[in-house]
Amino acid sequence: MRRMTWFNATSLTLGFAFLYLPMVILIVYSFNASKLVTVWAGFSTRWYATLLQNEAFLDAAWVTLRVAVISSTIATILGTMAAYVLVRAGRFAGRTLFSGMIYAPLVMPEVITGLSLLLLFIGIGLDRGVLTIVLAHTTFSMCYVSVVVSSRLVSFDRSLEEAALDLGCSPAEAFRLVTLPIIAPAVISGWLLAFTLSLDDLVIASFTAGPSSTTLPIKIWSSIRLGVSPEINALSTILIGIVSAGVITASLITKRASLRQQADEQAAQRT
Amino acid sequence: MGQTEFEPWNDPQAKPLIQFRGVTKRFGDFTAIDNQSFDIFEQEFFALLGPSGCGKTTMMRMLAGFETPTEGTILLGGQDIAPIPPNRRAVNMMFQSYALFPHLTVWENIAFGLKRDRLDKESIKARVAEMLKLTRLEQFASRKPHQISGGQRQRVALARSLAKAPKLLLLDEPLGALDAKLRQDTQFELMDIQEKTGTTFVIVTHDQEEAMTVASRVAVMDHGRIVQADTPARIYEQPNSVYVADFIGEVTIIDGTATPEGDGYEITHAEGLPPLFVKTDKSFARGQACHLAIRPEKVAISAEKPDGRRNMLRGRILDIAYLGNISTYLVELPNGKIVKAQTANTRRLANRPFTWEDEVWLSWSDTAAVLLEG
Repeated sequence: MRRMTWFNATSLTLGFAFLYLPMVILIVYSFNASKLVTVWAGFSTRWYATLLQNEAFLDAAWVTLRVAVISSTIATILGTMAAYVLVRAGRFAGRTLFSGMIYAPLVMPEVITGLSLLLLFIGIGLDRGVLTIVLAHTTFSMCYVSVVVSSRLVSFDRSLEEAALDLGCSPAEAFRLVTLPIIAPAVISGWLLAFTLSLDDLVIASFTAGPSSTTLPIKIWSSIRLGVSPEINALSTILIGIVSAGVITASLITKRASLRQQADEQAAQRT
Repeated sequence: MGQTEFEPWNDPQAKPLIQFRGVTKRFGDFTAIDNQSFDIFEQEFFALLGPSGCGKTTMMRMLAGFETPTEGTILLGGQDIAPIPPNRRAVNMMFQSYALFPHLTVWENIAFGLKRDRLDKESIKARVAEMLKLTRLEQFASRKPHQISGGQRQRVALARSLAKAPKLLLLDEPLGALDAKLRQDTQFELMDIQEKTGTTFVIVTHDQEEAMTVASRVAVMDHGRIVQADTPARIYEQPNSVYVADFIGEVTIIDGTATPEGDGYEITHAEGLPPLFVKTDKSFARGQACHLAIRPEKVAISAEKPDGRRNMLRGRILDIAYLGNISTYLVELPNGKIVKAQTANTRRLANRPFTWEDEVWLSWSDTAAVLLEG
């Protein structure tokens, strides 16, 4: 392995500092004993304790969790179906248009997505609440899932499904018993991605949330306007923890599956 | 001999297992299979042989149910199979890529089809054990497909497709991914398993040696048509066209015109050279253009002028391909035509009587060559 030059070392340090210093400061100050956010007065976990007694925050957390679980589950089902059809259906009229439209929400400004959903909900007379946030989050996270799943399906050997049919599976059984278990790591990664996206979304949620259904990001945002409290730091630290756990798990699942495959194949070649 | 030959295709009483009746398959403007009718009989090992794109894979996929004929019908045991989906056909397929399920063990792969039939656990266990024994995979039962070697994977694929005891087994280039040595062993193993199970095998291959080795009949295909379907020996010895003669093995094709002479024809092929003679039952008009196909191993090569042969040509050795057990000589005739002659190297190389640029005589018997229409 090549030795690291001082230039590389410096760039690496600066780069990571740029990315993570703000978060490190936030985490450190969440353990600050002082009520003043910018003055360090010793280590304490008191803000985590008060956080647990803050009903408003706990309610918001509960709403967020429910929205994230439900919307990412629906998004995973719909996104997987969309990916399957787009990869498998072969050529049909408007295929390019369809695949383009699936991916468009990836680059669509969130404000516009939020606004258009709001107009739709008002138009059809749907009261804003948990349901509307779930629908909104499903809409935008579905395309992330379909990107992740379709990239796996592209490299999937079609004859595996044909073999399943040949051995007596109905098309539905072939999908359940062969296709799904093989693409499962991609589907799980897609779900975790959708879950974390839903967890930290502020813009779309604030368009589609009702008075009784405040999500955690909205709650944090609105309380910061009254001044930063150490409680927010503690809450944000917990959120960072959940999101990083999700992302790390997703990448570990993918990484481990491919590593194990490689190791086994090398072992098989030696025998 | 004493033993009766297995030749159901010559028996008018024999009932074919598969019947193609005027089957055509088109993909858009491309005709993959062009109005084909032929029969495959029970317990046959039938090879579809041809270059890539000749339609052999399409033929097999129609039998499996992954493609439907554009026109015509395919009958399996007298029943039209067009309306039967692949999962309800008594036909199983071994895929070129093997298509083993990577998330299941060898045991589970073989049991997969049996479980779909809702068999009870004990019969599944017994059947899988039988298959593992047949393919000598007992000690690999709990491994995953990526934990075994290529040859073992090939045998798992075979065991899995045979487990449901299909009436017909389709094999798509089954040995394509194996190296030469392993392939030869596996060919004999395939024949052995086919004989033991009595299943009808249809194999698709582009490797003529493989087709000749394993098959009871070989169908040589070109551009969506079966040009000739016959036993390996007859395909080799009595090809019905220049295409078949040229596709199977090595051959020299001499173009000429036919003149009836005794029980055969005299072939005028070049000015200033003596005409060649061939015995044949086929009839040609006087002066009809024809092709004489002669296999290199049937051409004798000698320094002295041979006695009592009607087919004799003098030429000069242009090149020698030494293949160990045999040598192929490329001999140039005075008119520039190159004829291949092959001899077994029964003597040591140092004692070889001919070398480059030597003048030699080529000769062959009256029945050695095959006369083909132009």
